[in-house]
Amino acid sequence: MSNSTNDSTSIIKRYAVIFVLMAGFVLAFLYAAGLFGGRGVTAQQFVNLQENEKPNASFRRAHAKGVCLQGEFVASGLLAPFTTAEFFQKGNYPFIGRFSIGGGNPTAPDLASGVRSLALSFTSDSGQRWRTAMNTPTVMAVRTPEVFFQQIKLLTPDPKTGKRDETKIKAFFAAHPEMAEFNQWKEDYVASSSFATEKYHSINAFYLVNNNGERQAVRWAMAPQAEPQPLDENISDSHPDALQIELAQRLENDVVRFDMLVTLANDSDDENNPTVAWPEERTVINAGTVVIRAVEPQQGSACNGINFDPLVLPKGMEATADPILNARSAVYAESYRRRARESFQQQADSQKTGQQKAGAQ
Amino acid sequence: MSNTKSFPTSAKLIHWISALLIISLLFVGVSMIQSMAPWQHTAIKMHQSIGVLVFVLVLVRLVNRFFFTAPALPSELSRLQQLAAKFTQVLLYVLMLAQPLSGWLMRNAEGLPVSFFGLFQLPTLIGFNYQAFGVLRDLHGILAWSLFVVIVLHIGAALHHGLIRQDSVLPSMLFKFRSRK
Repeated sequence: MSNSTNDSTSIIKRYAVIFVLMAGFVLAFLYAAGLFGGRGVTAQQFVNLQENEKPNASFRRAHAKGVCLQGEFVASGLLAPFTTAEFFQKGNYPFIGRFSIGGGNPTAPDLASGVRSLALSFTSDSGQRWRTAMNTPTVMAVRTPEVFFQQIKLLTPDPKTGKRDETKIKAFFAAHPEMAEFNQWKEDYVASSSFATEKYHSINAFYLVNNNGERQAVRWAMAPQAEPQPLDENISDSHPDALQIELAQRLENDVVRFDMLVTLANDSDDENNPTVAWPEERTVINAGTVVIRAVEPQQGSACNGINFDPLVLPKGMEATADPILNARSAVYAESYRRRARESFQQQADSQKTGQQKAGAQ
Repeated sequence: MSNTKSFPTSAKLIHWISALLIISLLFVGVSMIQSMAPWQHTAIKMHQSIGVLVFVLVLVRLVNRFFFTAPALPSELSRLQQLAAKFTQVLLYVLMLAQPLSGWLMRNAEGLPVSFFGLFQLPTLIGFNYQAFGVLRDLHGILAWSLFVVIVLHIGAALHHGLIRQDSVLPSMLFKFRSRK
């Protein structure tokens, strides 16, 4: 190798080896980072779509409008044979929660939204966490994040023309028969006049794991104890914050309660398919009562900083392989990252202007 | 005096294990933040646990560093090259410590603990702080890319020593598989 006549070609070869190795390494990393695409629909693309070119800085990209809640979960202990999760052993567990309406507009009129949500976040001293985000629909419209992406893309008005392509929407519906159950729910659903009188569903399934390591697939729903009533006369149904005002009034008189009804799957139920509801005759266990004691505006309250990631689960609960469930977690994380950065920026800006004002005085 | 030509086996082991883990963490990290696939959730958990492992390895490595004399750089290298080599090495150490720490802090700021393979949780360094999460999450990304750039320089320099200069630098970190008879 050290033959002097071959020295220059040999050096060039060696440089070539170094170049190929380094270029391969760098390109592989850039590919992993998604710079060349080819990675399917990403969480970033999903959140971009939710923003529809009009992001509302520091707000959640979906379910932007809502209120913060305080309360506790009074666990009945009836779920204890199925799970070691701390929050299902008989006792009281405080939570921070949030009621919200669907959509990315933080000032949208409450009663115009087709979807309402209840989200809860539990923290225990022993380091356990449980976060859940539940919606009024009983099922998902579609089975995979890719199809969900297509669906939202079609249903979102073009940011420039403000129009949707109705023929494409029809073709999409026809091509996706799994939407039937969701569409049926949508047709039958009548929105009530209160956050407190809706039923909120986990939609995706989860596993409970007990002391013996046995897994049981479950879904749950928060069923209201209060009966639906017409909207109180002193609240105008054209008020954009009608639901928030109604909730505040209601909480002045009494707490708001929901029963946590947990449905146990049997072998014929597919826990990885969120588009199909499980039959009525499945065993349902009342895991306890969600008691909401107080409501606060979301800006500046604790719930605003919480990412209600449905994959934050305590020991004794596990995620299923439902692709939608995993996609929710990924997309929430991206939304959270963007709004946390914006929120920090806003805080820094307001401190700066505050200092300037103080300096001018 | 042959020891001064080469790093001790302990240092070599830690170096190559760390290299494998850190490069894997970087690749998984930039992939998992985009993916919506079911492996993503597992990847995040593994990323945290292996991140803890790397953090411990870096600390062990720093302590270990006091127990041996590192082989000197070849005297033919210019002062500038010697300085550049020292600088990237220090930078690597700083980044290898700062990166897992920023991940740990970022997770705490989100109100969540860092778990080590589900066996135990790391202590909480800072409380729930949404705005701090915004900063730390960005920092974790910036440090990841910085670490990648420094690693590229490090590998490039190592290959340059090994293939072009053919001096003692690359062999000092390689295992000798053939016995010297």
